[in-house]
Amino acid sequence: MNSSRAGNNSRRGFLQIYVFSTSHKVVGLQYFFLSLFAVVVGMVLSWIMRIHVAWGAGGISGFENIFGLNAPGGVLTPEYYLSLLTLHGTIMIFFVLTTAPQNAFGSYFLPLQIGAEETAFPVLNMLSFWATLIALGVLLSTLFIGDGPPISGWTAYPPLSAVGRDAGPGLAAGQNFWIISLGIFCIGAMMSALNFIVTFIDMRCKGMSLIRVPLTCWAWFITAILILLSFAVLLAAAILLLLDRNAGTSFFVPANLLVSGKIEPHAGGSPLLWQHLFWFFGHPEVYIAILPGFGIISHLIACFARKPILGYKVILGCMLAIGFLSFIVWGHHMFVSGMNPFSGFLFSIPTIIISLPSTIITLLWLGTLWGGRLQFSTAMMFCLGFISTFITGGLSGVLLAHPAIDSYLHATYFVVGHFHMVMGVSAIFAIFAATYFWFPKMFGRMMSERLGAIHFGLTFLGVYCIFLPMHVLGMEGSPRRYAMLTDDFLQSTVGMHRFITIAALATGAVQLVFLFNLFWSMFKGRKAGANPWNATSLEWSVSSPAPLMSFKGELPVVYCGPYEYGDTTEEQDFVMQSDSAGRQDR
Amino acid sequence: MPEAIGLCVHSSMGKFFSAVLAAITLASVALFLSRHWMPSAAAKHAPILDAQLHWTLIDAGVIFLIAQFALAAFVWKFRWRSDRKTKIFPAGVRIAIIIAIVFIGIELFSAATLGRRAWASMYDRSASDSLQVEAMGQQFAYYFRYPGADNKFGPVHTDKIDASIGNYFGLDRANDDASKDDVVSAELVLPENRAIDLFLTAQDVIHSFYVRELRVQQDMVPGMRIPVHFTPTRAGKYEVVCTQLCGLGHYRMRAYVRVVPEAEFENWMRAHSR
Repeated sequence: MNSSRAGNNSRRGFLQIYVFSTSHKVVGLQYFFLSLFAVVVGMVLSWIMRIHVAWGAGGISGFENIFGLNAPGGVLTPEYYLSLLTLHGTIMIFFVLTTAPQNAFGSYFLPLQIGAEETAFPVLNMLSFWATLIALGVLLSTLFIGDGPPISGWTAYPPLSAVGRDAGPGLAAGQNFWIISLGIFCIGAMMSALNFIVTFIDMRCKGMSLIRVPLTCWAWFITAILILLSFAVLLAAAILLLLDRNAGTSFFVPANLLVSGKIEPHAGGSPLLWQHLFWFFGHPEVYIAILPGFGIISHLIACFARKPILGYKVILGCMLAIGFLSFIVWGHHMFVSGMNPFSGFLFSIPTIIISLPSTIITLLWLGTLWGGRLQFSTAMMFCLGFISTFITGGLSGVLLAHPAIDSYLHATYFVVGHFHMVMGVSAIFAIFAATYFWFPKMFGRMMSERLGAIHFGLTFLGVYCIFLPMHVLGMEGSPRRYAMLTDDFLQSTVGMHRFITIAALATGAVQLVFLFNLFWSMFKGRKAGANPWNATSLEWSVSSPAPLMSFKGELPVVYCGPYEYGDTTEEQDFVMQSDSAGRQDR
Repeated sequence: MPEAIGLCVHSSMGKFFSAVLAAITLASVALFLSRHWMPSAAAKHAPILDAQLHWTLIDAGVIFLIAQFALAAFVWKFRWRSDRKTKIFPAGVRIAIIIAIVFIGIELFSAATLGRRAWASMYDRSASDSLQVEAMGQQFAYYFRYPGADNKFGPVHTDKIDASIGNYFGLDRANDDASKDDVVSAELVLPENRAIDLFLTAQDVIHSFYVRELRVQQDMVPGMRIPVHFTPTRAGKYEVVCTQLCGLGHYRMRAYVRVVPEAEFENWMRAHSR
């Protein structure tokens, strides 16, 4: 079946092979470049916001030329600041953190690593990418329609997001487009997730038993289940919100709202219902962003420590536990929402318990490093950076898990620092590690390790300079999502905000080194061999870049587990999974 | 040694990482310890909340130090050398699980003891002479109302809300007896050392009531009437800020709470009574 499908490929034109392609590798690359575009946009948005927060009160020369009426006198209007904030959050969460680790690397490497020629549903794979691209287009179109993108943040709490233009700019057409974009994204994400699940279960090659599957594939599989279950709920919630806005229903809007002097024609809805539905999606989403990272880090540190990963089955069990627990902790986003305090206390318990599997995994990574022969490739450096920032972000999360503590720190910069440390840094570090590691397989050339070292060193230092001070800002009680620092108290934090902004701009500038390295290496990098890292999993058994027909119709047979490093023959310190000399599982 | 890696296996990158990580770790701890970052508290339930926060911060800080230094030390010690053989560490799995269980066990224990008491202290309604106040959030201001001598809040008529005549709550003083003596104010004035039952509502979208010094943060949700309970213990003027994104003026939505001695409060109330 596979060979006939691939045979058709060769008779297809450029468009079918490279644009409307059903090849998992092309789809993976398309997702990769979509995320790359999205992350650049998202980062530029954050620069604008940071500059505005730190120096905006007096006006920024140049802002008026760029933003026109949205920045009279060079001062961003508060509504435009909130529009950018909404776009930044939405782009980063959905089009970077969901797509890059899962869809970009998963689409490309899940079939390769389990020894399949294709995913189970190649057309579904293609459709999921195009849905995601359309969703991104719809989202960005809000910049150019009506009065701009919505100002309700990426969480879009009703009634603010439900009652239209009365509540503020961007809440008419902009909010509708935002919801439609999200809906399309959900459909794309679910199609891809379904494909991943079936591919993982059905398409493993001979010998690839469940305990020989690389942890990356396990992570993509578990994440796919989370996506399928949680994005379905978000899609439903988005449809209900769209109905509230456009069809006169009242799922989320209570009676007797007086907005801008007008009594809203709604009755009987519950604003908290949206929060429950949203966070029922929203908390698994955190793990959707980070679980592929767990897989990637586990996979890579075994390779670069030249040791088997410590506790393969325990890590697997922990990832499954995280996947399950992530569905029963959503209420910790709502400790001060007006939910019953008993519920708050109840939700704090699984929230604390979910840090158990995360802690175990982190310690197992440290145990894998112990006694290794660590090779400090750039990919490995980003893994080490991941572990460090994940420890930091995880520990600040422990504070927020307690409802009483959260009631002081909730909605302050402490929370901003916390989730950026985990999702904005750790998850992005996993993407960087994966990029440096798999670049040779994706593009057939090596990235510059020298530039990589510079990129890592400065980025690692930079992210701590950006996000640690945010924690103390939160301890002081600085609320997040403020367009300006107006009052006396917040004026005293301007110095700290300026430091953060300088660090953010500098760290952002360092990313140009990465972009240069990426595109330069694509064309000018040293040619890569089939297995430049002496790694074991199946993608390294095919030539670089991976050919359109990965295994040329001859599916591999697997003889051993994915982490056979260290104690083998004189000539080489690893056994590839497809190497028939490989021993049986220990 | 894999030829392709070239430069990267040189141990300098590992040493650099260890040194930078150690420096970052120490700087982070120093940043947290450099000042008392939280504004000093002015509410009865605050000490236990602050105690839990500080205890958890110390707990997390110690683990932060140990974990980051372990990472730095492992990276330094086990950097690539051609003569080094790898060692596996099978007992590490059990050790990792035990450490994690101990750590999470401590957190659960603290949640069940200190945490439970701290959380419960914020919902303490036991005071019999508590002062009833209502706070209403709207884009982008707060208004407060006291029930007056009858101790009853008059009913709200949304269609009668008219800011131009100061009727922020939509009271019908002509027809509703309970509304007649309601005192409405843009400033929240509270007596020192008396329990407060503050009922939070919102007129249009979700807002929030956050007073740093009183250690109170609670969303104000339209359609709901959410009580918060606290006892201010220190006279002073504190800022009430909105912490729930409520529209373009979110950043400037604030009011002040003035905590005054009981006698001064009585005077203020008399002056504002109708």
